[in-house]
Amino acid sequence: MKTAVIVFPASNCDRDAQVALRNTFGSEPIMVWHGDATMPAVDLIVIPGGFSYGDYLRSGAMAANSPIMREVVTQANRGVRVLGICNGFQILSEAGLLPGVLMRNANLKFICRDVWLRVERNDTAFTALYTQNSAIRIPIANHDGNYFADDDTLAGLNQDNLVAFRYCDEGGNVTDGANPNGSLENIAGIYNKNLNVLGMMPHPERLMEAELGGTDGRPMFQGLVEVLAA
Amino acid sequence: MKARIHVMLKNGVLDPQGKAVQHALGSLGFDGVNEVRQGKIIELELAETDTEAARSSVDEMCRKLLANMVIENYTIELES
Repeated sequence: MKTAVIVFPASNCDRDAQVALRNTFGSEPIMVWHGDATMPAVDLIVIPGGFSYGDYLRSGAMAANSPIMREVVTQANRGVRVLGICNGFQILSEAGLLPGVLMRNANLKFICRDVWLRVERNDTAFTALYTQNSAIRIPIANHDGNYFADDDTLAGLNQDNLVAFRYCDEGGNVTDGANPNGSLENIAGIYNKNLNVLGMMPHPERLMEAELGGTDGRPMFQGLVEVLAA
Repeated sequence: MKARIHVMLKNGVLDPQGKAVQHALGSLGFDGVNEVRQGKIIELELAETDTEAARSSVDEMCRKLLANMVIENYTIELES
């Protein structure tokens, strides 16, 4: 199985993603520079967190138009799994692979702390090893994590069951108090219609080892290994 | 030709930065500011001399990059 991590100027979670993929897939991911127009066919592409292009214009807007993103869109449309984390989620939404937009956090603050997420469904390649409706603990670290979409888009996401994760409390209850940034309906991550693209603000790649504070991120990568190998 | 593009959040989209500015104005003693909306202005120097061609090209630039149509509206001013 082949995996790739796209690296933009000012990506800063690309190495964490690289280590997470190396340790779960047992092979070295290809690190692909944003300026490349092509890349080998792979089974999984990770768009990592960071501040690509210094968040100029809007978070993810410049990166979404970089040469490699045309290739990412092409592979995504072929069914290749794409995981966008934090800035990666912003880039995927700006590139049109996911609907909606990530706006400035409602309290205008950069928020860096662990949050609880309710796993909305576990029948996708990304969540196969999680229990449905369970609460997992994953860190967020962003200034622009406030998910917004128009009413029709939001209704469509709910109707097609495309919300991947919602901010919740430790018991899995989705409440206003558990919403860190003003995201509509506590949305922390969403799928595309074909369920092969996931964008999420929290960082599962940061919680892969007990020594680093927890392992709730590991089942995502382990699950991808199992699903992609099947 | 010069193009000046005003990008503003759509009505109904919460503007936390505008709210914070409104609050700051209030605390400086400027009463009676009912709402603040913050946007951005982008200026372009264009080689194009035909107004209609320029407008259509800038319109496409706005839709593809300069504005995010999910949350933002834009208006275009052209000066020759």
